[in-house]
Amino acid sequence: MRYDSLLDSLGGTPLVGLPRLSPSPEVRLWAKLEDRNPTGSIKDRAAFFMIEQAEKDGLLFPGCTILEPTSGNTGISLAMVAKLRGYRMVCVMPENTSAERKQLLAMWGAEVHFSDAAGGSNEAVRVAKEMAEAHPDWVMLYQYGNPANARAHYETTGPELLADLPEITHFVAGLGTTGTLMGVGRYLREHKPDVRIVAAEPRYGELVYGLRNIDEGFVPELYDESLLTTRFSVPADAALKRTRELLDQEGIFAGVSTGGALHAALGMARKAEREGRSADIAFVIADAGWKYLSTGAYEGTLEEAEERLEGQLWA
Amino acid sequence: MAIEVRIPTILRNLTDDAKVVEGKGDTLAELFTDLDSRYPGIGARIVENGKLRRFINVYLNDEDVRFVGGLEAELKDGDNVTVLPAVAGGSL
Repeated sequence: MRYDSLLDSLGGTPLVGLPRLSPSPEVRLWAKLEDRNPTGSIKDRAAFFMIEQAEKDGLLFPGCTILEPTSGNTGISLAMVAKLRGYRMVCVMPENTSAERKQLLAMWGAEVHFSDAAGGSNEAVRVAKEMAEAHPDWVMLYQYGNPANARAHYETTGPELLADLPEITHFVAGLGTTGTLMGVGRYLREHKPDVRIVAAEPRYGELVYGLRNIDEGFVPELYDESLLTTRFSVPADAALKRTRELLDQEGIFAGVSTGGALHAALGMARKAEREGRSADIAFVIADAGWKYLSTGAYEGTLEEAEERLEGQLWA
Repeated sequence: MAIEVRIPTILRNLTDDAKVVEGKGDTLAELFTDLDSRYPGIGARIVENGKLRRFINVYLNDEDVRFVGGLEAELKDGDNVTVLPAVAGGSL
């Protein structure tokens, strides 16, 4: 397939069946390979849509500085688009993210400010909001509350899924900014009211939940609970185990958060089987495993890998 | 009816630093009332005006209870409950 530029090749990712992990011919799993995007993650969609919208709104013009709290993929996507469009990019990132993510950001020319590991992404969001106040001329796209993030999935990911899998019964994705689930969820519900929308939320080690008080908790502004059928909290050991199963059984080398989505998808598949219903369950491969090699997630026994992930932001 | 309840770091000052406590109740609301009788104050940190606090997530066997009946969700022996503060997503 031919495109005028890298950005023009965004989206249109393959949907592949998982014949070995699917429990039966009636209950099938499908993986949407979002690692096949320009910088290798689903976040390219949101980054591109948020920047385009800000340009249309006259907020962004060449020479501007973009600021964003991100522990990796969104920052990498924004940095790539920013480089091509002539913007300066500043990321606020928790210090306990993988070395690859830091290197990739630097490679695409982003400046990285580290926030304390304690408090995880909450702390990065808080620090970014402070920096935005101190620099009123900087543009914070703010993926957690930017409607263009969810719209990217409403206009691209959702229609792609429905076109490739008109019989879709379930959609499962990781829950972070909630943009993927909100956008795809809204689109699919409009076209298939009975579709089940399932969130898989990563459950980190204790450090990440080390808030000073409960009122520092955070719910993304984009989140609309009514669009979800249900939501699972997936522990690190289950996410790791599924990430390895995906590699062993289907040959797909995915990041650890994808193991979380697969875990929830398999739970839905078992439920459909028990109830004797057929199901076509699509889930998102958010990115490939390359960026997480240094975390040790793919080495040694599961127990060893789990220990190494403790205290890291693995999704 | 023994239900295992995992307590987040931020509430462990109320449970003598215990990470996991046991409680009982036929519903989640009863479970939190039971916990509050032994760990005074914990109920109010989780429930406010008869509803889960906005920045608290409670999971019953890893499923968010807001989708399975909220505080009226029914419990059975051997269930596990996890209480966590809501945090911003990971990589995303």
